[in-house]
Amino acid sequence: MLLMSEFKARRSLRTVALVAAATALSGCRGGVLDAQGPVGADDSAILIDALLIMLVIVVPTILLAFGIAWRYRASNTKASYLPEWSYSGRIEAVVWAIPILVILFIGGVIWIGSYRLDPFRPLSKTPPLEVQVVALDWKWLFIYPQQQIATVNQLVIPAGVPVRFSITSASVFNTFFIPRLGSMIYAMPGMTSQLNLQADQPATLLGESAHFSGDGFSDMNFEVRSVPAASFAGWSADMRKSGQTLDRGTYALLARQSHNVKPYGYKAIDPALFADIASQKIAPAPGPEPENPGHAGQEASNAGRP
Amino acid sequence: MTNIDFPASLEAVRRRRDPDHVGQGGHAPRGPVQGAGHGETGPASKRIIVGYGFWIFLLSDIVMFSCFFATYAVLQHATAGGPGIREIIELPRVEWETACLLASSFTCGLSFAATNARNKLWTQIFLVVTGALGLAFVLLELQEFYGLAMRGITPQRSGFLTAFFSLVGVHGLHVTAGGLWLGTMLAQVQVKGFRKEIVHRLICFNLFWHALDIVWVGIFTIVYLMGWIA
Amino acid sequence: MFGKLSWSAIPFDQPIPLLTSLAIIAVMLGALIFVTIKGWWPYLWREWMTTVDHKRIGIMYILLGVVMLIRGFADAIMMRTQQAIAINAPGYLPPEHYNQIFSAHGTIMIFFAAMPLVIGFMNFVTPLQLGVRDVAFPTLNSISFWLTASGALLVNVSLFVGEFARTGWLPYPPLSETAYSPGVGVDYYLWAVQISGIGTMMTGINFVTTVLKMRCPGMSYLRMPMFCWTVLSSSMIIVAVFPILTATLAMLTLDRYFGFHFFTNTAGGNPMMFMNLIWAWGHPEVYILVLPAFGIFSEVFSTFSGKPLFGYRSMVAATLFICVVSMMTWLHHFFTMGAGAAVNTAFGISTSVIAVGTGVKIYNWIFTMYGGRVRFDTPMLWSMGFIFTFVIGGMTGVLLAVPPADFLVHNSMFLVAHFHNVIVGGVVFALFAGLEYWFPKAFGFRLHPGWGKAAFWFALIGFWVTFTPLYIVGMLGMTRRLQHLVIEPWRPYMQVALIGVVILIIGAACQVIQLVVSIMQREKLRDVTGDPWDGRSMEWATPSPAPFFNFAVTPNVEGEEAYWGIKQRAIESQRMGPEPHYQPIEMPVNSGVGFYTAFFASLTGFALIWHIWWLAGAGLVGAFIGFVILAWRDVHEYEVPVEVVAAVDRARRAARRAVLEKLGQEGGAPS
Repeated sequence: MLLMSEFKARRSLRTVALVAAATALSGCRGGVLDAQGPVGADDSAILIDALLIMLVIVVPTILLAFGIAWRYRASNTKASYLPEWSYSGRIEAVVWAIPILVILFIGGVIWIGSYRLDPFRPLSKTPPLEVQVVALDWKWLFIYPQQQIATVNQLVIPAGVPVRFSITSASVFNTFFIPRLGSMIYAMPGMTSQLNLQADQPATLLGESAHFSGDGFSDMNFEVRSVPAASFAGWSADMRKSGQTLDRGTYALLARQSHNVKPYGYKAIDPALFADIASQKIAPAPGPEPENPGHAGQEASNAGRP
Repeated sequence: MTNIDFPASLEAVRRRRDPDHVGQGGHAPRGPVQGAGHGETGPASKRIIVGYGFWIFLLSDIVMFSCFFATYAVLQHATAGGPGIREIIELPRVEWETACLLASSFTCGLSFAATNARNKLWTQIFLVVTGALGLAFVLLELQEFYGLAMRGITPQRSGFLTAFFSLVGVHGLHVTAGGLWLGTMLAQVQVKGFRKEIVHRLICFNLFWHALDIVWVGIFTIVYLMGWIA
Repeated sequence: MFGKLSWSAIPFDQPIPLLTSLAIIAVMLGALIFVTIKGWWPYLWREWMTTVDHKRIGIMYILLGVVMLIRGFADAIMMRTQQAIAINAPGYLPPEHYNQIFSAHGTIMIFFAAMPLVIGFMNFVTPLQLGVRDVAFPTLNSISFWLTASGALLVNVSLFVGEFARTGWLPYPPLSETAYSPGVGVDYYLWAVQISGIGTMMTGINFVTTVLKMRCPGMSYLRMPMFCWTVLSSSMIIVAVFPILTATLAMLTLDRYFGFHFFTNTAGGNPMMFMNLIWAWGHPEVYILVLPAFGIFSEVFSTFSGKPLFGYRSMVAATLFICVVSMMTWLHHFFTMGAGAAVNTAFGISTSVIAVGTGVKIYNWIFTMYGGRVRFDTPMLWSMGFIFTFVIGGMTGVLLAVPPADFLVHNSMFLVAHFHNVIVGGVVFALFAGLEYWFPKAFGFRLHPGWGKAAFWFALIGFWVTFTPLYIVGMLGMTRRLQHLVIEPWRPYMQVALIGVVILIIGAACQVIQLVVSIMQREKLRDVTGDPWDGRSMEWATPSPAPFFNFAVTPNVEGEEAYWGIKQRAIESQRMGPEPHYQPIEMPVNSGVGFYTAFFASLTGFALIWHIWWLAGAGLVGAFIGFVILAWRDVHEYEVPVEVVAAVDRARRAARRAVLEKLGQEGGAPS
């Protein structure tokens, strides 16, 4: 409870903190501190809080270190020399107390933050938009079960509406990350992770994989567009008009390694597809299938190049 | 840098004569401390050092085994549609394996008693018996693995079988390596007799063999017995 | 006959690895020819390759570490260059090559640069500080070194024959499984690290036994120099966690070679288990490296302040505290797995709790300087640079320990900057400080101070110019391990980082020049007394370079800071102690078993990588036979005649007596 109130008290400081941080890291415009949604805002506020708590102690410590080193430099014979002095109970007590107190504060931040910002926790009572995410070599597949459509390397979400992502991987580990919306989470083969995010305003954002996944990793970016809720309905209706259907056959083609895939959509989906990928009823995506084996010992994946 | 070689030493000596700074002594008594730590007698004997080092090695080996135990615990139910633990246990054979290994530990202990009495003949006899029992254990285990493989039950089948074969197999490998060591020791005892370093090696071998026994008790309990009851 | 190996394994069409390896081969051949012409082989074999002397093994470890540090640094230069130019452009390194480079950089820096350097100092210093003649198991020590060298050899062979892993320095499955990495790269990684890891484990066993059972009379636990405590803690962690590495790598090997399902994403395998196991080793590994580094700083701060270490007992407590807690924090490497708030909270707090131990240490070092006469020689400069750099690195570390903050910067360049901040600022700075500090004890002359200070300033500035932009760009959302970038605004940061690397290159050049200049001016820099820094612990009681038997007579320690006490009494009374009664010394004989074992280990490892089964079998049999033959010997020790012992020690006493008289003449000591 004490920690809780302390935590709340810090909120007033937060504005000051954010201003200071914005000045110090003015380059961070567009970064994780320039949040576009509630999750990102809370994450970065905690980051700044923790940073401030520690700066309070780190800066004086560094100054103390250099101050003492300079004061007692060998050439300064005016400083007293205490060649035997190596213990002081009072200093020891302070020296242990300072880090313990700091870590108590940080521990409170960790405790409260971990529970409040657990990625699995729903954001609000508003029914969320469901998006199923599949990490593939090396692109992202987004399935919209409610809209019965799917996209590749392009995520469109309504602004101001919570989005619940169910994330899995069809091949190796990846991390689903939209820096300006907040928390990232692993996409793991054979498992489903949950992530709840929300974009406050219409914007175009960067989405990426934050976990190395092989030769085509550098191009595993996707475009995130948050659009007004009304336009979202229009967009999904448009999507249903043209394109292929995402079924087992088209999925098998998509699952093969390729990189730098331009965004496109599917007009309809097989509703059981995501569950079958996540439970590995559909076999994991094939790895490298190079047409020529390259060098001995270097059985290279072709990184999706034709 | 000053031209005095020991600036701090020198000034420290000057200070000590300065009455103003009396009372700033360090936290330790200046004279010799009796009985602090075990350092007062100097380095331990070679026998102690060798035995101690080998104990540390055994600890690390047990950490290694515990990884395989942990893996087994995680993958226990990952049968991927294949057979579970209940379908692959043949308790009678495992009981024979256990009997062999426990008996071999006993004979190993007897061999060391003979070593302590510096009796070469009995040391060798009991070492040979130990080796024979160990060999019997390994052969029984291989028979078990072979029988399972004939039924198509191999580590490639599922995560569970991978963990099972690896845990049991790593122990089997240790016993085999112990057997090789034992053979070498037989030859060394025969040719060199009870030289100091040969006895040290026999100590280590005994520790190793008993440790394998303890690990087997763990495997028998956690894999076979608990699997049987499950 | 040769498994997967064929001529096409050599990258004739890839100029960068080809030219690099040709250059390396040329240099090595040149060195071999030079040694042969000079007729140095018998000397090298007798005095170095088969040596069981802890000091020589330590020096060889450090040499290996420095060579591999340069190799890893070259990788770093290539990576920074690639990221600075490959922005909306392909750069000069294709992904399959770039991915090998960052994997090799991490693997080399941790396993083959930092570890050998740290273990090298443990070897060189610990027995000297404990007042004994060698480690507990000298021959085993030689095996440890040669196995590490064998692993390093395999990593370097991968440059020329085949490829190295393209999976990062920890090969996370399923990417590292055969299905996604069919080449030999991961196999090179597995066998190189496995072989050297076994060597490291034996080092751990050796040093736990040495510190606990091999101390000179009077050297009780609480009289040990701080460095020995950190060696003990570090070795205990090695014994506790390296078996985990061995087991984990063995499991991945079984997966790759026999189709087992430990970590596959099919048939019930569990990739997350790999992450747990590898980090259960990997996080304590960081403390294996950094604790001895703390030990080095403790020695440096106290020596160059002319004071005992402040709060010695609380330093010991903090060290052991870190030693224990380091094994309870591994999960912070994957908070983003989604293990749930309770788990993340527990590991977040346990992680930040480590900062208590390190915080206490920092304050104790600061108060060691309080009331001192601080001399800013090169080792002290590195230590001050360490405090500044490490405190900031620790701070960003605690940020990463806060799960919601970690959700933003996990796996980003911020993380990269953080761990370089603590490993470079903590470990590498310590190693350079230690190199300056103990160099005279190894070779009998000091390193040139001017070039050393230049190297320090370039390294410190270069470090911050390189990694500050990486912190910022991590906050902008840039993840690590990107072969090319698509975000234009990140360009300036990458370019500044490249400038930082150039400054670091100048710093490295200063180090090399320092070594050359010091060798050329060695007579001027000669350390006559064996105590060049006004030291406090037992290693400074022997002459420089330390004789192979370390101490003519086993010292009898009568207090903390053993040597300082002896020296104070001598200066105060203007008299040295009476000449001891010299006796012949028993020393262990040299042994080729380390070299043979490593030879067969390299052969077997190479054969297994390329699936040359007959060669692997032959290698194992050869190793066993060689081992048995070498274990068969009857002579384990030889006697150093009393005249040799007396001659060495009398020379030392003469040198010290001269200094004592000089001090008396200068009126330094009161009458």
